[in-house]
Amino acid sequence: MSYRYDYEVITQWIAPGEKVLDLGCGDGSLLKHLGEVRQVQGYGVENDPDKLLACTRNGVNVIQMDMEKGLAGIEDGFFDHVIMSLSLQAMHNTQGILVEMLRVAREAVVSFPNFGYWRHRQSILNGRMPVSESLPHQWFNTPNVRFFTISDFDALCEMNGIAVRERLAFDEGKLILDEPNFLASVAVYRLGRGN
Amino acid sequence: MIQPQSVGVVVPQRAHFAEPLPLRSGGTLPEYELVYETYGELNADRSNAVLVCHALSGSHHVAGHYADASNNTGWWDNLVGPGKPLDTRKFFVIGVNNLGGCHGSTGPISINPATGQPWGADFPFVTVEDWVAAQARLADRLGIARFAAIVGGSLGGMQALSWSLQYPERVANAVVIASAPKLTAQNIAFNEVARQAILSDPEFYGGHYYAHGVVPTRGLKLARMVGHITYLSDDAMGDKFGRSLRHGKAIYSYDVEFEIESYLRYQGDKFAGFFDANTYLLATKALDYFDPAFEHGGNLPAALARATADFLVVSFSTDWRFSPARSREIVYALLHNQRNVSYAEIESDAGHDSFLLDEAQYHALLTAYFDRIKV
Repeated sequence: MSYRYDYEVITQWIAPGEKVLDLGCGDGSLLKHLGEVRQVQGYGVENDPDKLLACTRNGVNVIQMDMEKGLAGIEDGFFDHVIMSLSLQAMHNTQGILVEMLRVAREAVVSFPNFGYWRHRQSILNGRMPVSESLPHQWFNTPNVRFFTISDFDALCEMNGIAVRERLAFDEGKLILDEPNFLASVAVYRLGRGN
Repeated sequence: MIQPQSVGVVVPQRAHFAEPLPLRSGGTLPEYELVYETYGELNADRSNAVLVCHALSGSHHVAGHYADASNNTGWWDNLVGPGKPLDTRKFFVIGVNNLGGCHGSTGPISINPATGQPWGADFPFVTVEDWVAAQARLADRLGIARFAAIVGGSLGGMQALSWSLQYPERVANAVVIASAPKLTAQNIAFNEVARQAILSDPEFYGGHYYAHGVVPTRGLKLARMVGHITYLSDDAMGDKFGRSLRHGKAIYSYDVEFEIESYLRYQGDKFAGFFDANTYLLATKALDYFDPAFEHGGNLPAALARATADFLVVSFSTDWRFSPARSREIVYALLHNQRNVSYAEIESDAGHDSFLLDEAQYHALLTAYFDRIKV
């Protein structure tokens, strides 16, 4: 089972017994972890048959759905938290899914690789697309379709009236407090509906 | 892992029930018999039993073959057996012919004790709920308090769903495949065409054709032909038959010209040769009546609040008779109630019939799900 350090941050934001929806849940390892340490009633969403199979093997609830089409069928405000861990950059309908996430849950937790990370910038300066721990694919086989920075995402939240309740940024697992848009490879956000 | 194997030679068994069974239609069956088969061994804790519910034309003969008929293979043989998704080395699997059936359980061709004649059209209407109640009595007889899983496709999936509502404490897992929480108007319309084909056959005799020594084969054949169209997808039919002409060109005749005509007539004739018309009428009505949300004002989430089982719901991309959208209704109603539920929509070009096939992704998922069930 894969384990990613953003899981620890996400786990801290989840209270025991919550209803949690994990979009792009992969093999279900985060939900399994949250089930064990937070006793959540969790559901994953995937659209890849191999990942549905992996979730089933891991004993995690998983619902096949094409998230690009939204989350129709899930009731408003049903979940306490909806999570999208390192998947937002692989979706076309970025704004649509953020609206849907804050429709079905009280809070959304989103993590993504920071394209503005200094190593990524250095790679571009050297004339090549970045390949790193947080962006592990080559340009020709990456599942990612959106390349954005922490500052870009902050601006998008501002533009869409999404409240950033908390933001933590990391460089290979170490918390980054200064200049996260330059020094952090991954950011994890806790988002709510703005006023 | 072993190579998938057949359960081998199987022998049907019978259970007689002397206690009257009250029916949803208001009637009562004074006594009845159920014919069933079992595969694998019931464990010491009696915790490994799985009930497989059959669809419209199925039977208790789910897997294996008979000693005197080695080509009479069970209708879901690819699912049940050693090394198969429903592995009989782990599970004790049961198939039952439903009441009103024509494969050995009490039905219209059985003798009505009140008249000494076959029930025929006087056989009472039976519903999915009645079938489940009868299956529960068989489970009592076999000493099974709680099923590890109840599995069914199509009308069989409705039984699995109904079990989870009628006897929630007796179902650990419900596997509902290519099914729906109720039929659509279009579904009922197809069933009505099938019924009218039978009812209007001159040899139907109001359902008492046994006494006349005839069978309404023309009506039953037509009913099956209509059904068959709805079980296949447009693409599958196109791929298999297209516009192929038997004579290579039009001969301007009502005999078989297009290969699809030949196929439908063959399927219709085959079916009319062994299936009972009254059973077909009853089973289509059972399909039509099934609607657990009805008594909750049409609110499916409210209806499914009773269910406590874990669910696996599966649909197929080209199934237009029981479309993926219908399965999703079940999924979202279970989600509303915070039940454990997983849902997969399998890519398949075979339409409704997909649930009987062994598409790799589909069977891998069932294998994974059954593997994780603790017995």
